[in-house]
Amino acid sequence: MLDSLLKNVEARTGYFGAYGGAFTPEILRTTLDELIAAFEDARRDPSFWEEFRTVMQTYSCRPTPLTPLKNLSEALGGPAIYMKREDLNQTGSHKINNVMGQGLLVARMGKKRVIAETGAGQHGVATATMAARLGLKCTIYMGAVDVERQRPNVFWMERLGAEVVSVEDGSATLKDAINQCLRDWAFSMDDTHYVLGTACGPHPFPQMVAWFQQIIGQECREQMLAATGRLPDRVYCCVGGGSNATGTFLGFLDDEEVELVGIEAGGEGLDTGRHAARLAGTDGSPGVAQGYKTYFLQDKEGQMRHTHSVAAGLDYIGVSPILACLRESGRVRYEATTDGEVLEAFQTLLRREGIIAALESAHAVAGAIREAPDMGKDKTVLLTLSGRGDKDIFTIAEALKDPGWQRFLQRKAGR
Amino acid sequence: MSVRTYIQSRLGSRKILLMTHVIVGYPSLDVNWRMLERMEQADVDLVELQMPFSEPIADGPVFARANQEALKKGLSTDQYFDFMARATERFGFPHVMMGYYNTVFRLTHRTFCERLRAAGGAGFIVPDLPIEEYHDLFPLSESHGLTPVALFTPTNTDARLVEIGRHGRGFVYGVARRGVTGKRTDLKAGIDALAARYRAATDVPLALGFGIAGGDDVRQLHGSCEIAIVGSALLEHWENGGEEEYRSFLEELQKARF
Repeated sequence: MLDSLLKNVEARTGYFGAYGGAFTPEILRTTLDELIAAFEDARRDPSFWEEFRTVMQTYSCRPTPLTPLKNLSEALGGPAIYMKREDLNQTGSHKINNVMGQGLLVARMGKKRVIAETGAGQHGVATATMAARLGLKCTIYMGAVDVERQRPNVFWMERLGAEVVSVEDGSATLKDAINQCLRDWAFSMDDTHYVLGTACGPHPFPQMVAWFQQIIGQECREQMLAATGRLPDRVYCCVGGGSNATGTFLGFLDDEEVELVGIEAGGEGLDTGRHAARLAGTDGSPGVAQGYKTYFLQDKEGQMRHTHSVAAGLDYIGVSPILACLRESGRVRYEATTDGEVLEAFQTLLRREGIIAALESAHAVAGAIREAPDMGKDKTVLLTLSGRGDKDIFTIAEALKDPGWQRFLQRKAGR
Repeated sequence: MSVRTYIQSRLGSRKILLMTHVIVGYPSLDVNWRMLERMEQADVDLVELQMPFSEPIADGPVFARANQEALKKGLSTDQYFDFMARATERFGFPHVMMGYYNTVFRLTHRTFCERLRAAGGAGFIVPDLPIEEYHDLFPLSESHGLTPVALFTPTNTDARLVEIGRHGRGFVYGVARRGVTGKRTDLKAGIDALAARYRAATDVPLALGFGIAGGDDVRQLHGSCEIAIVGSALLEHWENGGEEEYRSFLEELQKARF
């Protein structure tokens, strides 16, 4: 299934249609070439995918379940909704798929240290667990703003043995953490691998991350067929960098009858300018930064704008070149849901189905809730819950102005 | 006169040339102008004018912050080219644009070349643009009389150096070590061997930069290359000691050419 996309990839430059490529300082060229060679070698070795699946089964609960959301379907009066439970992975999100995959590659390449950027902290925690398990040194770069709003994840990364570096540059969020990783790697590449957390960045990262994450889509396809005897009519995923969406969509790319919908962070609304929607709406435009060409949120001269989302993991200027390509081909439709809709959807899922969604993933839920009532009852919808929301307890409790939680924080702070 | 001919002619009177660096808009356009006046006073040979970018992945902390501050003050592409036009009108040394590819991409290759030529620029250095991605930027720069400056780095294979060297015009920018701008380079550790590898891969003059921090460093490069590039260290001297320290540091650098 990935091959229908890969046939568009020129082996050397890694383009998906007009997007992708490798726009990095020349210093990283040799390392990227080595990574391309290691990945190509692994990709063509059938035992590698088996090894990967085994690791994911024994360490991360794969295949993750497909949960029918009967109460939600009933409440919306619409189609049967099924949820792919990536939240039940080791460390609580789909990030671990890519991280363990790259970990196996690191072992093949014989490197001793890994670095990674993180926004919400999920990818940082996943990378820190992988490093702990494989006995690698680990440095995580995290924007100072994100360190502030995702303290629990910082705590776990440090407990797992990783060094967490707070990045004060620029807007002090995910994009600035990526810049810092590229700078570290430009010096440390001999013994260090950069575990990029999403299907963005220079070739081969978009292709490689998508290749590991396609495990989601492969399982979804089989599970939907087993559960309903047919393919879903529509698939919803949240889109930050785009790795869970790409991974899920790859399972259905060749099935033209399946409508694919990517939900971006609408923040305070697309008309306010305070959002992170690159592909939905009209604010995103083609550009080149952080090693690749895609749609960015930038001003007309190409300086990147500050983005906004209640979900740190979606608060990013760029998006996977694979998803940009699938926008242009019309294969994927993109929408954005606002912070407000997302908090609503979060609570609806919590109360109706007893599932605590990550705020990132709640964007996909919000998208389905908005559109499902207009679909017939005979239709089926698949949505990917990319991660669980326990880590968002501070943000969510604050947004909901939970009085008991506020008292608890005051008591703790007063000690 | 082409950049290459200019370099050859200047080498008649000194062992090495000096290329210095200004981030346009930081600390301010007025200060940038005074920096250029001091450079003229020190008879600097070439000057890089950096167009700030919000994601400067090849720059270390000093330049990254300077990029950010310049943009915060509202430095635009128009202001950048206006400043360059005034500078090339007033100062005799060649001015080379340095910046990231998104600026060029957003302008389009053709408009970028037109505007750079109109502003009197001699060429450009775009560190995040590999030669495979130049496409029509090579013929366009040639037809606009601009020198595209390719970069060699220590991690490149010899075959890759030759590939890059084939695209060398004017001079090639040899990166003296791994990492990003601003960190001190230990020039005693194999710089001659590195310069020899670079030299073997191109016919055009060789410049070396990244971590060149004083007169002794410049002297160390005599015979290894034709141009010493000093960037972050200069800005640090302005930030630490103002114009007077900047002037005396330039004097130290300029003397080290002979």
